[in-house]
Amino acid sequence: MSATPVRSDNPAALALAVRHRFRLAETLPWLLALAFYFAFPRYLGFGTELLITVLFAISLDLALGYAGIVTLGHAAFFGAGAYTVGMLAKHEIWTEPVSGLFIAAAVAGAVGFASGLVLLRTTGLTLLMLTLCTMGLLEEIANMAAEVTGGFDGLDSLPIKPLFGIFEFNPLYPYTQYLYVLGVLLVCFIFVRTLVYSPYGHSLTGMRENTLRMHAVGAPVRMRLIVCYTISAAIAGVAGALWAQANAYVNLSVLGLDRAATVLIVLVLGGYGRLYGGIIGAVAYMVLAHFLSKAYPTAWQLGLGLLLVAIALFARGGILGMVDNLTRPYKERKAQ
Amino acid sequence: MASAVELRDVSAGYGETVVLEDVNLAIAPGESISVIGRNGVGKTTLLSTIMGHTTLHKGDVLLSGRSLNRVPVFRRAAAGLGFVPQEREIFPSLSVLENLDVGARPGHWTKERVFELFPNLKERLDNRGNQLSGGEQQMLSIARALLTNPGVLLMDEPTEGLAPVIVEALTAVLLKLRSESELSIILVEQNSRVAFEFSDRSAVLDKGRIVYDGASAVLRDDPERLAKIIGVSE
Repeated sequence: MSATPVRSDNPAALALAVRHRFRLAETLPWLLALAFYFAFPRYLGFGTELLITVLFAISLDLALGYAGIVTLGHAAFFGAGAYTVGMLAKHEIWTEPVSGLFIAAAVAGAVGFASGLVLLRTTGLTLLMLTLCTMGLLEEIANMAAEVTGGFDGLDSLPIKPLFGIFEFNPLYPYTQYLYVLGVLLVCFIFVRTLVYSPYGHSLTGMRENTLRMHAVGAPVRMRLIVCYTISAAIAGVAGALWAQANAYVNLSVLGLDRAATVLIVLVLGGYGRLYGGIIGAVAYMVLAHFLSKAYPTAWQLGLGLLLVAIALFARGGILGMVDNLTRPYKERKAQ
Repeated sequence: MASAVELRDVSAGYGETVVLEDVNLAIAPGESISVIGRNGVGKTTLLSTIMGHTTLHKGDVLLSGRSLNRVPVFRRAAAGLGFVPQEREIFPSLSVLENLDVGARPGHWTKERVFELFPNLKERLDNRGNQLSGGEQQMLSIARALLTNPGVLLMDEPTEGLAPVIVEALTAVLLKLRSESELSIILVEQNSRVAFEFSDRSAVLDKGRIVYDGASAVLRDDPERLAKIIGVSE
């Protein structure tokens, strides 16, 4: 999209490189995730679930946070990915895990593309309701097609082949699952990071902030939104596929409103439209949920609810927005 | 030779409300024109109609002889229409550089050329849109439109709300832009001094119709006539 080939002495290219360069601090979450593997071997199941939630949140952030596509039905794509892997494995059509992720991404992406073609003609509340309806439809299809989906009971004991033919998936000792999910998350994160820092990514932000103006600079807004929705759906599908592979089962919960709402809360908590909002939000939500449910098994959601109210009132940009506000004076002094 | 942009018997407005009536206007390639008039006479609607933001009730809008009537906004921009809106409407959370990148297309206008025109922007590449002053935002808005490499540039009151010293600087840039490029420019302006300085040809809009289309010097040298036509003095 750039008007001229990038040269090393081009000030614009230099500024772009500086702004989007990989920073050393960005290794921290990944080193912590790796340290978790060694430090908390008894909590790897929880860790795997957390990493999958992060990936799911990142996929939603691409559509909601960057492109401004309001959706309450993103679990439709998570479920599409999970059921793709689950059905293929249960009926012993395809049990290899890595290629299974590609198939799940393709199926979820296709669902995203097909629904995006129709849904993205609308905006606001209508769009919100239609995304919810799409998810509800898929959930009901999964419920009714019991012969292939297992219906209400779902599909269990999925026969997933060992990773690279060597590393077994054991639901009770999820060592393989944790590292596998971490690796896939890292690849997807690098992909999304590259995407949001590209001119295409900037155009998504432009569409969120001023659709009319994006039309006026010659951007085919609707098609770009559909592409974004499709990519986001494909990544959500990968998250769903990982969930099915890691747990060796799939049921209707992967297509439920609970899951869709949870990932939305995760984004609000962490800060949407920010690359690390999904990571921070998922960690904050799941750690809080874990400890609150241990401390107050009957009323743990009250604590989360109060936290969300506080975030909505005092930190509209989520945790990362709050950090930004606190560090802004320092950054401004440094800039001067 | 086909006009760069032409409106033939155009009536247009918002929904069923008609704002422009029977407007005829043709701008040759490389020509510039200022459009002046009081508030609410249809100046912005004129530019919006060329861009495709309004409802066209009658007539034709042509770009290099090709009808734009059924062409969506983004294809008009891709076909060579650049638009600098009245409210600047830069993307607040994108940096200066990112604002420039979103619509950039290959052509005569490169970032280097744009920075020659607006050196201030080069100093503020990494600042977000909402961190810029009004003048800088206006420069960014013009620069963003230029980087789409348009054949026709539509500018809606670029000096509105700016301090006099900034207006002077911006006028100098507009004159440079007019003299050094092959662009056809339609400048909508309330400040008649800026409008007459910018272009030898001016059009005056009143109640949605063009009531004068001719030499700027005629209106500039005859303040009484100017006041009578547009109701404001120089």
